[in-house]
Amino acid sequence: MKLLTGNDLVTGDVTWWTGQGWSRHVEDAVDVGDRGEGIAKAEEGARRVNVPYVIDAVETPEGPRPAHIKDRIRALGPTVRPDLTLKPADPEAGSWVI
Amino acid sequence: MYQYDQYDQSMVDARVEEFRDQVKRRLAGQMTEDQFKPLRLMNGLYLQLHAYMLRVAVPYGTLSSRQMRMLGHIARKYDRGYGHFTTRQNLQFNWIKLEDAPDILAELATVEMHAIQTSGNCIRNISSDQFAGAAADEVTDPRPWAELLRQWSTFHPEFTYLPRKFKIAVIAAAEDRAAMRLHDIGIELLRKDGVLGAKIFVGGGMGRTPMISHEIRDFVTADELLSYLEACLRVYNRYGRRDNIYKARIKILLHELGPDEYRRQVEEEFAKVKTLGIDPPVAELERISAFFAPPAFETGLSDVVDRSDPDFAVWLDQNVKPHKQPGYAIVNISLKPVGGIPGDASADQIDVMADLGERYSFDELRVTHAQNIVLPHVRKADLYAVWQTLTEAGLAEANLDLISDIIACPGLDYCSLANARSIPLAQKIAERFKDLDRQRDLGELKLKISGCINACGHHHAGHIGILGVDKKGKENYQLSLGGSGAEDVSLAKITGPGFDEDGVVDAIERVTDRFVQVREPGERFLDTYRRVGFETFKEAIYG
Repeated sequence: MKLLTGNDLVTGDVTWWTGQGWSRHVEDAVDVGDRGEGIAKAEEGARRVNVPYVIDAVETPEGPRPAHIKDRIRALGPTVRPDLTLKPADPEAGSWVI
Repeated sequence: MYQYDQYDQSMVDARVEEFRDQVKRRLAGQMTEDQFKPLRLMNGLYLQLHAYMLRVAVPYGTLSSRQMRMLGHIARKYDRGYGHFTTRQNLQFNWIKLEDAPDILAELATVEMHAIQTSGNCIRNISSDQFAGAAADEVTDPRPWAELLRQWSTFHPEFTYLPRKFKIAVIAAAEDRAAMRLHDIGIELLRKDGVLGAKIFVGGGMGRTPMISHEIRDFVTADELLSYLEACLRVYNRYGRRDNIYKARIKILLHELGPDEYRRQVEEEFAKVKTLGIDPPVAELERISAFFAPPAFETGLSDVVDRSDPDFAVWLDQNVKPHKQPGYAIVNISLKPVGGIPGDASADQIDVMADLGERYSFDELRVTHAQNIVLPHVRKADLYAVWQTLTEAGLAEANLDLISDIIACPGLDYCSLANARSIPLAQKIAERFKDLDRQRDLGELKLKISGCINACGHHHAGHIGILGVDKKGKENYQLSLGGSGAEDVSLAKITGPGFDEDGVVDAIERVTDRFVQVREPGERFLDTYRRVGFETFKEAIYG
């Protein structure tokens, strides 16, 4: 599957295309198939996202999981500061990335 | 310390307002990201893995307590309560919002700070010896010269769009504490027949093509230093390769031209530049130098320190260095606690260090390229009180220059360029060697980790260097041995096939075990490595 990701223009937060808009949580992301670049262009033009790009991902029972470690770290947060990730209360969050 | 005059302040203030307008236009959709990106980078604002990152310049690594406190304030108000001290003696905030960036720069400007020259293809923030003005072995204080270079290079119209970024280091001691030979230009101030001048080295650097600089001139008098540097930069600006980013650094030009031809061209240019009146008048040099006059040291102080507290005695031996003034010492604050993140300090820790600088070190602090902090002028009588405060703040790790005093770039946990994580590996190595007695038995051992080929973690200059790479989507680590960024400069050599994270920790332990087997009394790891050779250690690693 393909996901569309980028950063929020104002905050810089990592965001994921949900089909309706943008979410900080990769679990909300949808498969964009071959429509990613078109969506990216429209959304960037509307200043709802900054430097969007399409990545490979796999579907899992917990939701979409980026294929590459770099994107998984983007999806979670720094593995060395679990308190600053999107799942600070989940001690297993780091293992999801690695 | 240098203090801004009206010109410095008005330039920085104007830059803040210019950037405020640029951000406003970007947010209003009047600029695309392609148009905005070079502008934000000129103000130190990057877009990293999780958010915008602001790199704040700390000119030649020197800070006042007021400036240090401002960094803590920004960490608290605009970031997530901490900052990261870098291998360029700067500080990075990892969680900045674009809309806040102009306000942050405005707050920095109130304490004579900015983020200029921390990105882009310009002359970057000048780096220097963290012991400047305190070291017993310096021939002069390099900071007035570093400040002169800052003023010369800031907004230099001819050198704002160089082929590639350009890094200059200035030292004034035989011991190189600034990795001077691994800079685009390295300046070693020295005296010849009583005249102050400099030896000039050009073409050093790390990155994907590490090179040690060439000596291009054995002596240029101080009063012609700027003209000579201008000539060095002009030749590079004219002939440096702009067609290939990977061949654009001056080290490649030196490699392609050869040092003799580069030197010839520089001398030719120097003859022209000397007629332009670039070098400052003596009065201006004296104005700058006056800011760096030695502080009001007390005289007649005792050099005796009570060592009855054993933990304090260990810290004293490891982290405190001799000062040129009797009764004083140089304190190194390690930002490398076992389990911590190399170079990170919380806002509270930043405040503690600022307070210590104000109370005990004539209001001065330094950032080191090894990602530690220095209190340059502490009375020996105050060392115990300083240590107690550091201990309470978690800042008294007694590991300076030991195997756990690891340089590590932010790596894949933060950096969009990285291929592998550096910090977790640094933490695992520090944990493996956490026994301080064992570390001290191993002695000076500089371990440096980079998460990608750009080498921000200086792995080429590590006694033990580690480079993180992406191997089919998995993190993999190449081990190298024998590098040094000091006066005995050398480039580390790759040992062989890489390892996973646990594997490289085991491999390092095999290296240190072999070192213990073959060392001779008094030898550092690097000495032994150079005596017995690469193969001895390679055999230990791979069998």
